[in-house]
Amino acid sequence: MAQNNGFFENPTVKWIEHRLPIFSFLDHSLGSQYPTPRNLNYWWNFGSLAGFMLVVMILSGVFLAMNYTPHVDHAFGSVERIMRDVNYGWLIRYIHMNGASMFFIVVYIHIFRGLYFGSYKPPREILWWLGIVILLLMMATAFMGYVLPWGQMSFWGATVITNLFSAIPLVGDKIVTLLWGGFSVDNATLNRFFALHYLLPFVIAGVVVLHIWALHVHGSNNPLGIDARGPQDKIPFHPYYTVKDAFGLAVFMIFFMFFVFFAPNFFGEPDNYIPANPMVTPAHIVPEWYFLPFYAILRSVTFNILFIDAKLGGVLAMFGSILILFLLPWLDTSRVRSGRFRPVFKVFYWLFFVVCMLLGWVGGQPADATAAGIPLLRIGQVCTFWYFFHFVVVLPLLGWFERPRPLPISISQPVLGGGRIAAAAASKPMEKA
Amino acid sequence: MGSSGTSAAAAGHHGQATRRDFLYLAAGGFGAVGVGAALWPFIHSMNPAADVLALASTEVDLKPIQQGQRITVTWRGKPVFIDHRTAEQVKSARDVGLQDLPDPQADQKRVKSGKDQWLVVLGVCTHLGCVPLGQKSGESKGEYGGWFCPCHGSHYDTSGRIRKGPAPKNLEVPDFTFVNDTLIRIG
Repeated sequence: MAQNNGFFENPTVKWIEHRLPIFSFLDHSLGSQYPTPRNLNYWWNFGSLAGFMLVVMILSGVFLAMNYTPHVDHAFGSVERIMRDVNYGWLIRYIHMNGASMFFIVVYIHIFRGLYFGSYKPPREILWWLGIVILLLMMATAFMGYVLPWGQMSFWGATVITNLFSAIPLVGDKIVTLLWGGFSVDNATLNRFFALHYLLPFVIAGVVVLHIWALHVHGSNNPLGIDARGPQDKIPFHPYYTVKDAFGLAVFMIFFMFFVFFAPNFFGEPDNYIPANPMVTPAHIVPEWYFLPFYAILRSVTFNILFIDAKLGGVLAMFGSILILFLLPWLDTSRVRSGRFRPVFKVFYWLFFVVCMLLGWVGGQPADATAAGIPLLRIGQVCTFWYFFHFVVVLPLLGWFERPRPLPISISQPVLGGGRIAAAAASKPMEKA
Repeated sequence: MGSSGTSAAAAGHHGQATRRDFLYLAAGGFGAVGVGAALWPFIHSMNPAADVLALASTEVDLKPIQQGQRITVTWRGKPVFIDHRTAEQVKSARDVGLQDLPDPQADQKRVKSGKDQWLVVLGVCTHLGCVPLGQKSGESKGEYGGWFCPCHGSHYDTSGRIRKGPAPKNLEVPDFTFVNDTLIRIG
């Protein structure tokens, strides 16, 4: 093929291909032999950006681990040594620190793209599930990574989050002791968190392979949400999307590096530069920004629900807010994938988006704060209610009562203005594929 | 293989277990027990180690603590609040009807009899484990004159009992004994 520039004719490549067909495997996975919908917009850049961030986090993390000491007496000092004495240690740490935030920004956009364009609908349910598994693993990894510098927020974040498990009836306290390896968050806890923080990214990488495998079975969804009707609807991933992803990456790197070099502590908490003190809780403890919506849901359950006390209720609501995503492919009863053709869904989608943002804002404020005379707790409770209401009531009913706009006949039709001849002409380059 | 599989299925239709079914179950059950047994040492290795358990008790001299004064000591890596309560504080803790408490418990059950002025509780909020305020002068003691947890707004009274806020239980009273009138051993 023209795109390969005779690569596969090279004798060395041929020799290797005969024994391990790795080049053709890559060409079929992310190269010229992987047909992709021709109409993907820039929201489809965030999958490859997420993959890029995983690599950045693993690489920067490995170099940090070479200078980090997972011991309660030395952890804080070893991180400060990385910042002051290790050559470019400050750069590597700031990349890793801000990289975590970037990873979540990119992944949250990736998720909201999937929510808008119905990427969770058949036949992509398992692809969607694997994505949720990746999100859960990312959260566990990020949480444990935040504990490692052993500052005040590290310690008290670890204490509050591990104590969530004490809400489980009967065995809760035993589970917490098992997680801690002691009677409080201490050296044993720090050690195991370090071990798991190093392990989990590789587990994520494994699930990412499954995620991409599942993606390749039916290919990418697209902004129109309709299936490709033939080769004229697709273009090869390489060079078209490799170059588009590369451009997106360059733009993203400007954003990322702005924080690394000019506002490295923007996403952090000043209290985490105070060494951990098990005797004093900071006045206002908050998790990292990417957990704030879930933290707001946790705090909004302040009442008992039947036999479930408020504490367990909050924990169930928080985990439920993510686990409910597993059911989304069945809760959304509409057969139209893309929000573009769903006039009512579109309104509720943006309402849901605003609710998530509000939850994030409420989660970052003190528990007893007010805004314009309204207790933030109330706002958090209303938003928590709506979060679940959206999934459990709005989406199932919309599928029945909403009248979607007519779908286009094919992907190539709207792109090329509907001409049959144009579509046929455009299909020519792919005929060889 | 194929024929024996069919005959086993046919036998199953008549509700009769075959020898083969039994062997499958026995082998599977044996394997599951084996995997569980092999897993347990790894799970249990995450529980508190012997040296952590060995640090489980501590002694505190009560002599220097004035009436109305509170001190904090460390036990098992956690803060323990020791409160030398005044007569009014004890009275206010005992004047409350148990029906008004989210986690009903009489003050008498939370102290050693004859040593009613000494309240010893874990300084760990039963909500999510923060250290409540109220130990130092000038800190908020909450609406009931005990302790106040700033993390999620739980109020404890002068007996360390939960009165208001998200915490489900009273501050925990650790196992402790009076070695003599002015010395206690916690743990």
